[in-house]
Amino acid sequence: MNALLRRIGAMTVDGVWRLGFMARFFLALLRCSGQSFRRLPLTIREIYFSGVLSLLIILVSGLFVGLVLGLQGYDILQRFGSSDALGIMVALSLLRELGPVVAGLLFASRAGSAVTAEIGLMKTTEQLQAMDMMAVNPIARVVAPRFWGGVISMPLLAAMFSAMGIFGGWLIGVVAIGVDDGAFWSQMRASVDFRYDIVNGTIKSFVFGVAVSLIAVFEGYDCQPTAEGVSRAITRTVVSSALAILALDFVLTSFMFRGL
Amino acid sequence: MSRTTLDLWVGLFVALGFAALVFLAVKVGSYTDAPGGATYTVEAAFDNIGGLKTRAPVKSAGVVVGRVGGIHFDSQSYRAIVRLDLQRRYEFPVDTSASILTSGLLGEQYIGLDPGADSEILEDGDKLQITQSAVVLEKLIGQFLFNKAAETPTHGASAQ
Repeated sequence: MNALLRRIGAMTVDGVWRLGFMARFFLALLRCSGQSFRRLPLTIREIYFSGVLSLLIILVSGLFVGLVLGLQGYDILQRFGSSDALGIMVALSLLRELGPVVAGLLFASRAGSAVTAEIGLMKTTEQLQAMDMMAVNPIARVVAPRFWGGVISMPLLAAMFSAMGIFGGWLIGVVAIGVDDGAFWSQMRASVDFRYDIVNGTIKSFVFGVAVSLIAVFEGYDCQPTAEGVSRAITRTVVSSALAILALDFVLTSFMFRGL
Repeated sequence: MSRTTLDLWVGLFVALGFAALVFLAVKVGSYTDAPGGATYTVEAAFDNIGGLKTRAPVKSAGVVVGRVGGIHFDSQSYRAIVRLDLQRRYEFPVDTSASILTSGLLGEQYIGLDPGADSEILEDGDKLQITQSAVVLEKLIGQFLFNKAAETPTHGASAQ
């Protein structure tokens, strides 16, 4: 009993400790961020690794999510005789929720884990320390470009996910099932608002991008410098990114979409 | 510093991303009129607004001419006061009437404006005098049943 309480206490204190360190790390990262824009090739290289290389999984997943939404949406809507509203359902669910969230989860597992592994391995092989010795700030040289690469990539990936999903819903609804093409697009356009739906969805994906990138670089930087420590850090990146995305999604949704 | 193939891929990626955003903005979404832009406000009192919500469209002849800006209950007259934000470029005579209508059987409710014939036009802060409340389905069915019950005996009597 006593040991259990002690463990819970230690875990709590450790959690708060890590949170504080993470906040300080985030501030240091922001302070060093100027360099990652002055030396743009560093950031562009990271956009390539986290954005361009995630493109395939994002586009294919988006297409399949759209196809499923088309089938499921049609199945439900035709019961109420309103299968013309399929476009609205596909577009709104993708733009508001599925686009940012699913793209964020995929991004965390595809790009976030890779960033954690890379930084963790650099720490394990003492490359970060070596940089420090050469008076190169590892946060400015290694961490910040990876962070900003992720932050820039994420909203673009989410937009592509949504666009691809809408295309998938169109394929199933209009091409395969035979919902009227004009009704599909005009109903969608009538009820999707640019500011309310698209801008809010993009803000969501931007926030998820910041959260996932921060968790990924932090877990890498903070990992135990052993093989096991790196693997545990990668697991933690994926798990806490997923939790952060879903929790933030609830908070953002309750701010943005209240059906006023 | 020289150009690399990496730059090409990143450029392509960013272009694709923005293309997706533009597609969403142009083909999927539509712009509504800027809130608080060039609008003027009139008020209308209704006995019953049904399921009318703020931001619901205000239409005249089927064209969206404004939005519902706010709804509140007036405890003096026990009526619902609805604030209509109409676009500045549309002018209506002062004897315009407002009614709460439903688009389709289960669609959203909106306010329909029927222009009157007065030569004076509505100004900011004016009140619409003639209003027609929302049709409440339960009341309609109740009325129908009541009429049905009232006419049954006479119907029976004539058959005899």
